[in-house]
Amino acid sequence: MQTNTTEQFLVDSDFLSPQALARKHELEQNPASRTDHLAYLPGMEQIESAICGQVLAEMNSYNYQDYTARDVKTALAHETCSVEDFKALLAPAAQPFLEEMAQRARAETSRHFGNTVYMFTPLYIANYCENYCVYCGFNCYNHIQRLRLDREQLEREMQVIAASGMEEILILTGESRAQSDLKYIGEACRLARQYFRLVGVEIYPLNTDEYCYLHECGVDFVTVFQETYDIERYEQLHLLGHKRVWPYRFDAQERALRAGMRGVTCSALLGLADFRRDALASALHVYYLQRKYPQAEFSLSCPRLRPIVNNEKIRPQDVGERQLCQILCAYRIFLPFVGITVSSRESAAFRNGIAKIAATKVSAGVSTGIGDHASKYHAGQEPDEQTHGDEQFNIDDGRSLQQMAADMAGEGLQPVLNDYLYV
Amino acid sequence: MQNKDKIVNEDEFINEDEFINEDKLVIGGREFNSRFILGSGKYSLQLIEAAVRDAGAEIITLAVRRANTQEQANILDFIPEGVTLLPNTSGARNADEAVRIARLARELGCGDFVKIEIMRDSKYLLPDNQETIKATEILAGEGFVVLPYMHPDLNVARDLANAGAAAVMPLAAPIGSNKGLATREFIQILIDEIDLPVIVDAGIGRPSQACEAMEMGAAAIMANTALATAGNLPLMAAAFRSAIIAGRKAYLAGLGRVLSRGAAASDPLTGFLRD
Repeated sequence: MQTNTTEQFLVDSDFLSPQALARKHELEQNPASRTDHLAYLPGMEQIESAICGQVLAEMNSYNYQDYTARDVKTALAHETCSVEDFKALLAPAAQPFLEEMAQRARAETSRHFGNTVYMFTPLYIANYCENYCVYCGFNCYNHIQRLRLDREQLEREMQVIAASGMEEILILTGESRAQSDLKYIGEACRLARQYFRLVGVEIYPLNTDEYCYLHECGVDFVTVFQETYDIERYEQLHLLGHKRVWPYRFDAQERALRAGMRGVTCSALLGLADFRRDALASALHVYYLQRKYPQAEFSLSCPRLRPIVNNEKIRPQDVGERQLCQILCAYRIFLPFVGITVSSRESAAFRNGIAKIAATKVSAGVSTGIGDHASKYHAGQEPDEQTHGDEQFNIDDGRSLQQMAADMAGEGLQPVLNDYLYV
Repeated sequence: MQNKDKIVNEDEFINEDEFINEDKLVIGGREFNSRFILGSGKYSLQLIEAAVRDAGAEIITLAVRRANTQEQANILDFIPEGVTLLPNTSGARNADEAVRIARLARELGCGDFVKIEIMRDSKYLLPDNQETIKATEILAGEGFVVLPYMHPDLNVARDLANAGAAAVMPLAAPIGSNKGLATREFIQILIDEIDLPVIVDAGIGRPSQACEAMEMGAAAIMANTALATAGNLPLMAAAFRSAIIAGRKAYLAGLGRVLSRGAAASDPLTGFLRD
């Protein structure tokens, strides 16, 4: 069942001025009041690439109801999984074969990654945002505590995280070029390089030369979530701001690779649109990128919608744990060599289980808020308004690094903090 | 000619312990009794233990990037005394990066041995032969004992030998595939033509495949996945040890040559010759 409505997402804050509220309602109710989501804004680089067309053609022609149990059995019998096989594995017809898919996925994971599971933590450094994405806690109409860490606060956060033993960090911001300009992010990454072995970013999409600059600052991995590959659905959910421009976002990974980044991560936010088609498009995005940039490292993420500050109603709808597991098994069988990250949006039990089947990376010691690692890592320290910004979404699995490492070892896996060199 | 082996005569037959002590693998001027090398990738403490204790490994490869950690379970701390570390340059996408990683390995105290791995393909992890030749030349010039991982191509193997490689490490099949000697004919050509130890690397999935490669005249076998994914790790390690010794003995006994080249015809074609 497709998730067509946006109603679950819409919340009016009491703190908005009448003018702001009117503008918000206008954007929500009147599509003509919104900008063209396919038109590049001034300053946005446009690259020549066939990948977008390839992914969309496959996704738009995908009718998963056409696939039968026989197609699924055929797919599982093949030694290498073709695009057609992958489509069968994502279909409802594959649901009865979930255990078989998991067995096959586990064998592929073991063959390519052994029993290793990588650990990382995200560090949100600012939550200002210029976009109105209706499902996101950082959206510009949501009344939350906003903060941008200054250098001293940044360093303090990094010290606290590094002291926990973490060696890989993912630097995140809300998407505001005005509040979190590139120089600010670059300096934060330079600082992070002093405390961590591996630095990745998950920030607003950049032009190639800007990715080059971040690479010089020590960044080697770029994550950009496409949110949904369904362009019309995207238009209904991203109502305001530069993020509204769908194609500029789609080509972000390719620009990052052209800028010399070692690896990129693709993902849809499952639950926003038809999840099977979004899963297909996410994996094909990686598949075609890999054919064009075979030296690069690729990862897939698989976030499901979560409740946010001021809106507890948000749920991943029809994407249950069984569906998520099916998607991840299909990803692993189709792309056995890619990293798969499962975030703290999912429960401890799910992450323990999926790490044995398909996932290769889990986050630990997570905060999706700003500047509250010290208080989270050390009981008794309460964050105050000057040093704390609200979360992007509510997490489910709050395990510390030590706990996560111990639990993974208990599952027979080998926790790895770093397997990377900046060269 | 160096490191090429002569067939052992019957009166030279010795028992297994003596055989292992006498028959040395020589790389970069260093002697090894074991012809099993533990590859890196799917490490665990148990794997290293089993490889050393049950497979008799004396050389263990180690990804420099994997050792680049502060974690308590640093792999470097698990390497037993007397084992030679063979750091590899995995993660390098070109010669320049491989050279930098090798130098870092030396700084980390990993010694002068280095296995060059250069991949610009994240899917199959196939080695880039051209860049590997460049890196071999540079690192051999800096005094490293260079063991390049390569696709088995005779011209490339000759270039690597000329560039100063201490051995060549052709792949048997895609890494981690456990598919065995998919490149059998080409590895045989390298063994026949290259005056360096030929160490079969990647793809060996079973002891029988390791045995076959040794019968062909390979100098040593490198494996990782085959052990790491075994149901009983120590038993599989012991099986590899036996298989490699068996294959080595068969090669030295000349068995392969008897079958393929030395069969005596009962009715010789040249029997008509009178003088």
